[in-house]
Amino acid sequence: MTAWLSLLQRFSALILAPLVLVHLGLMVYAIGDGLTAAEILERTRGSILWGAFYGLFVIAAAVHGPIGLRTVLAEMTPWHGKSLDLAMLAFGLALLGLGARALLAVVLPGAAP
Amino acid sequence: MSHAGPSEHELTVEIWRGGAEGRFERYRVPARENQSVLDLVTWVQRHLEPALAYRFACRVGMCGSCAMTVNGRPRWTCRTHVDKVTKGGRLKIAPLANLPVIRDLVTDMTPFFDKWQQARGRFSPTRTRKDEPAAVDPDSRARRAADAGIECINCAVCTAACDVVRWNADYLGPAALNRAWTLINDERDGARAESLAAVSGAAGCHNCHSHQGCAEHCPMGLNPTAAIAGLKRASLLALLKGEL
Repeated sequence: MTAWLSLLQRFSALILAPLVLVHLGLMVYAIGDGLTAAEILERTRGSILWGAFYGLFVIAAAVHGPIGLRTVLAEMTPWHGKSLDLAMLAFGLALLGLGARALLAVVLPGAAP
Repeated sequence: MSHAGPSEHELTVEIWRGGAEGRFERYRVPARENQSVLDLVTWVQRHLEPALAYRFACRVGMCGSCAMTVNGRPRWTCRTHVDKVTKGGRLKIAPLANLPVIRDLVTDMTPFFDKWQQARGRFSPTRTRKDEPAAVDPDSRARRAADAGIECINCAVCTAACDVVRWNADYLGPAALNRAWTLINDERDGARAESLAAVSGAAGCHNCHSHQGCAEHCPMGLNPTAAIAGLKRASLLALLKGEL
């Protein structure tokens, strides 16, 4: 399992690195340009491109975060073993759920503003 | 006049006494030119503290048995000049970190060598004495990778310098993983798959954070971090090929 986790963490990092840069650039652009929430939603709703971009972002973050946190907790605290693995799995699923909820809110055409 | 500070011809040396629970004892020793830290410890034992326990054998940097913590850094003491590591006429000598202390400056090396076995650090021959010797190209990539790591003297300085060993006592550590890397690159070894499996587990190469403490402190100038990076690549490649 350790080798798989290592592979998944590196692969997800590879995906996250450019996505984070684009996301940060986007934030700077949106705020600097004075876009309102309604104007942003107008661009994201129904967009397959933004749906795919942030969908990939959410999946990569939900994979990457818990693997790293598992290592930090195992090295810095006495918490080890199956309970830690299950807790990190739950953390990953929570990230995935919260991310999916946010994603659907901004890309689904019929979602409430 | 008090005798609080060392004179021009004296050094103040603090040496760890006791087991895991112990204390530093202070000794005044003559400051001599060209003496090693091991010479100094030997002087203390012969003149001031006959019960002082420490370990050494060859005294010329070959056997790897005299490593200690000197002013906070793990070092091979037989090849460490006192002049180069003394700070303000003071020297603090402790047993190696990350290993159980038996007494004074002597650590229990059992976990260190157990990890060599766990990392499958033993050669598995593919020929018998009746066969011709293997013709190994010294310039091949694999052989050069193996050559870069084979001069390890098992001093455990890298293990004492490794943050991950400190955080995770099960971690195989730089010396054992470096050894495994030399075997994986040895075309005469017949257990490459077993070696890769041994170093890919929960205590294996994927724990390394690449802090490079091992490479920084290795008295032989080896780079176990690079060896472990090689193991990580080989392990992930084997995983993707379904060989792990």
